[in-house]
Amino acid sequence: MSTRVFGSGIRRREDPRLITGAATYTDDYTLPDMVHMVLLRSPHAHARIKRIDTTRAKAAPGVVAVFIGTDVEGALNPMPCAWLVPNSNLKVAGYPCIAKDMVRYVGDIVAAVVAESPYQATDALDLIVVDYEPLPAVIDPEKAKQSGAPQVHSNVENNVAFHWTVTGGDVDGTFQKADVVIKERIVQQRLIPNAMEPRSALAHWSGASGELTLWNTTQNPHIARFLCSVVTGVPEDKLRVIATEVGGGFGSKIPAYPADFITVFCAKKLNRPVKWTESRRENFQGTTHGRDHIQDVELAATKDGKVLGIKATSYSGMGAYLSTAAPGIPTILHGLMLSGPYDIAAIREDVYGIYTNGTPVEAYRGAGRPEATFILERLMDMLAAKLGMDPIDLRKKNFIPKFENGHTVATGLSYDSGNYAGALQKLVDHVAYKDLRRQQAEDRKKGRYLGIGISTYVEICGLGPSQVAGAVGFQGGLWESAIVRFHPTGKVNVFIGANPHGQGEETTFAQIVAEEIGVDVNDVKVIHGDTQTTPMGWGTYGSRTTAVGGAALVMATRKVKEKAKVIAAHLLEAAVEDMDYKDGKFFVKGSPDKAKTIQDIALMANVAWNMPAGVEAGLEASSFYDPPNFTYPFGAHLAVVELDPETGQIDVRRYVAVDDCGPQINPVIVEGQVHGGVVQGIGQALWEGAVYDENGQLLTGSMLDYALPRADRLPDMEVLSTVTPSPHHPIGVKGIGEAGTIASTAAVYNAVIDALSPFGVQTIRMPVTPERAFNAIQEAKAGRR
Amino acid sequence: MYAPEFDYYRAGSVSEAAGLLRKYPGSKLLAGGQSLIPLLKLRLAAPVAVIDIGRIRDLKGITVKGGTIRVGAMTTHAELAASSELAEQCHALAQAAAGIGDPAVRNRGTIGGNVAHADPASDLPAVLVALEAKLTVEGPDGKRTLDAGGFFQGMMTTALKEHEILTAIEIPAHSKGQGSAYAKFAHPASRYAVIGVAAVVTTSGGKCSAARVAIGGMVPRPVRAASVERVLAGQELSAENIAKAAGQVTESLGNEVLGDIFASEQYRRSVAPVWVKRGLTQAAERAR
Ligand SMILES: Cc1cc2nc3c(=O)[nH]c(=O)nc-3n(C[C@H](O)[C@H](O)[C@H](O)COP(=O)(O)OP(=O)(O)OC[C@H]3O[C@@H](n4cnc5c(N)ncnc54)[C@H](O)[C@@H]3O)c2cc1C
Repeated sequence: MSTRVFGSGIRRREDPRLITGAATYTDDYTLPDMVHMVLLRSPHAHARIKRIDTTRAKAAPGVVAVFIGTDVEGALNPMPCAWLVPNSNLKVAGYPCIAKDMVRYVGDIVAAVVAESPYQATDALDLIVVDYEPLPAVIDPEKAKQSGAPQVHSNVENNVAFHWTVTGGDVDGTFQKADVVIKERIVQQRLIPNAMEPRSALAHWSGASGELTLWNTTQNPHIARFLCSVVTGVPEDKLRVIATEVGGGFGSKIPAYPADFITVFCAKKLNRPVKWTESRRENFQGTTHGRDHIQDVELAATKDGKVLGIKATSYSGMGAYLSTAAPGIPTILHGLMLSGPYDIAAIREDVYGIYTNGTPVEAYRGAGRPEATFILERLMDMLAAKLGMDPIDLRKKNFIPKFENGHTVATGLSYDSGNYAGALQKLVDHVAYKDLRRQQAEDRKKGRYLGIGISTYVEICGLGPSQVAGAVGFQGGLWESAIVRFHPTGKVNVFIGANPHGQGEETTFAQIVAEEIGVDVNDVKVIHGDTQTTPMGWGTYGSRTTAVGGAALVMATRKVKEKAKVIAAHLLEAAVEDMDYKDGKFFVKGSPDKAKTIQDIALMANVAWNMPAGVEAGLEASSFYDPPNFTYPFGAHLAVVELDPETGQIDVRRYVAVDDCGPQINPVIVEGQVHGGVVQGIGQALWEGAVYDENGQLLTGSMLDYALPRADRLPDMEVLSTVTPSPHHPIGVKGIGEAGTIASTAAVYNAVIDALSPFGVQTIRMPVTPERAFNAIQEAKAGRR
Repeated sequence: MYAPEFDYYRAGSVSEAAGLLRKYPGSKLLAGGQSLIPLLKLRLAAPVAVIDIGRIRDLKGITVKGGTIRVGAMTTHAELAASSELAEQCHALAQAAAGIGDPAVRNRGTIGGNVAHADPASDLPAVLVALEAKLTVEGPDGKRTLDAGGFFQGMMTTALKEHEILTAIEIPAHSKGQGSAYAKFAHPASRYAVIGVAAVVTTSGGKCSAARVAIGGMVPRPVRAASVERVLAGQELSAENIAKAAGQVTESLGNEVLGDIFASEQYRRSVAPVWVKRGLTQAAERAR
């Protein structure tokens, strides 16, 4: 091989089927005798169910069955929460699959109708009569904590689901002696992930064998199987979850959902395959949301700009129930990241997880880390403004100096490697920052209002050592596994426990195998998403598939290589110690012309006619990789926005990203991940946000009102990188799935404030709609008068 | 999202469609389906029958004859946007159509469906009002021709009677020295107009001899901004004069201005002059 496939931007092999519509998603499957389920969801955010009458629905044409809360009681266990954050007085409130006497958010499931067609099932929904007694609802997490607020769960006082704290250093002392203290209130609005594929489940129950197959759109089929077993009682060995094609998730397809288990319940009860697919409207109401924090944050610094401390209190809305991983997001994945790339001696955060009458929240791309980055990057800019320093200089002054193998921050985390000033400098050079500022000043004189915003970041990903998972209350492991299997023809199948769903690992993992053992990248096929064929794994989220699953694959491939070497030595009648390897060929040192290719060895291992003594047949290996630490990618982003001062409209004119995710297996895929991530972060800054009314009705319940980013509102992105390998990873890679989102909200927000600053505007709520910007300008003008 | 049950008929001619409408009371015409199908799927409409007029040839196409542009009701937004005749002689219509929704919506949605539906946030109603278009409708009592100004009666209500079909729209082609434009403040999610301003400017001897301005999006039905038109008439088309005239729009908006969670009534009122200014400025440029 002359050119290395590792590091080259070969095309994603996933794309032809995804782009041409040839991919098969859960909803595309049809089984003989299959029936369709639709769900009746609560129209009230909070109400007592006084009576349900299903008589007419049951008699409607095509209806097979109607089930309500009392029908599933006993057959379906309550929904479990799987991240029990310790030392936080966590209260997991009862979360029934079908609400029985109380509904707690608009979208809570009240009944399930099964019919021969989805049309008939939908017709019958309208015939169910539910007598509700509406109760006062609360959506704002800060208000929900106050005494006298509506109680979401009668046994959870003041709706406090948990109170978690992180402390490092002498916070009170630091704030007392600081020259400067900056304070801000930050509202991280609720976001609605909107994966392109709605959620779906298809359950096939074999009454004869007691086996269940569940096609399910999930980021983590093995966890789905585990939790399905817990809730439905079907033993794990007789339960198969298939999620080979998943149309995006962004975190919303991590958790287990009642709807999936109701589908299973119906299939078992009726002994017929049952399919359920949510509508987009249901997706808005019933699939998890993200973010939703109200935060009071403070920064302490010296007058020459050295940051000494960070202090924060966060009211984090959990929604009506604790979704599978929800408690870990505003705590472990957020509070522990409050040092960012900076050297900060004292850090404290109090996080109150609060039940509200909103849709349950979960991870949403970045999950906790965009919010931590936002706090730091916002406060940095505010400090710079206060001290009259340039935001770049201030950041440089506070960075942790370059390190290659470990640096511990005040929150207790030990970063793996970092060169924060290096990434920022690359950004500064690329945009010619001083010229950019000069241009901005000139434009302003002409009445053009450009804003420049910076965000640097460090993220924690590659989740993570299982021992740490256990210590922080995650009710599972966080290792990954891979099997590498050579067939007689020398072709390779890779089986992984993680479940890529658009990220591109079918391509990059083949590149890893090609790099490690010299096969053609096209001779490697990666298989994932079916618990019956793939080894155990904990799933695809937290930018961990390559960082952890990729490491498992490297280790498995290296085992295969070791075995191949032994077989090659035998065939060449040489000692193993005398063997050499290059580009897929094994040979005795010094005689590369008499080599055995990996394909020769694969054939011999599979037919096993002439194997070394004591060596088993077959050429296959597996590895279970539990990482020794997290990985910590980092970078620096810059956004240029333009404000239309007449209307308040803001447009992003330029976006530059410098990311360091270690060595890049496929730079085109890295770039794609950055693009998507950046766009979602811009969405939060400018367009997206769930809006509820005072009764808890979701007003942004469709694509008509909830503004997702659109291509024509976005600039071309300039994507650059630096390379700092992770010292503990076998090939040094870190992770790139969430980096864009983590940096871009803060970068764009800072640019917005920069553009608005000539008018005296210092703070504004997200999303920064034209009306908000316009009003902020008017109010600032009025205030100055 | 599954529509309730309905019968489907495909009409081969306008008279057949009219006959079907009469035969099945409570039925609905189906044009591009971009408004009707969502209503069905959300179960906000439950017609007994849907009558597809999509294959009626007479309803399609753009023709220009003797200073009049005739647009068939089934002409799609994409066809309007691509028409070189419109770009030249009726620019505001082509420009507005090009900014509707997204390519899929423009390929299916029709001018007839758009105006018959009369959504206050639609773009084309205001454009037709500014262009002083005439709408031809056919029904059991024969043909009628209505002024665009009188056609739109309120939110989702038009002068169309129960069994009438809108067949064509006639617009006077721009004369020499005339230009038109459409300025739109689009909703970031739906793309519908939060504020839409259609402007037609006629110049002679370097001055504005007449201006027509219609506002949509922020009002239940499009309104003519007579207050703006009056101030601009007879003036030079300087930036200053345009801004001054645009500032008068408030007077024409009436007391029913729409607001929602994205843009309040107050905000829309505040920035309406800006959008009027932009519409007029573009129209004035095209009039030269
Ligand atoms: C995602 C999306 C974005 C959109 N964005 C915009 C936008 O930015 N601006 C905008 O203006 N519009 C927008 N629309 C609406 C679009 O323009 C529709 O095409 C239009 O509203 C309806 O036209 P249609 O041909 O699809 O009509 P249909 O949906 O078929 O019909 C609509 C109604 O009109 C009646 N009707 C149709 N034709 C006739 C006729 N000839 N005579 C009498 N009655 C008739 C029907 O019975 C029905 O009640 C959007 C739509 C969607 C789905």
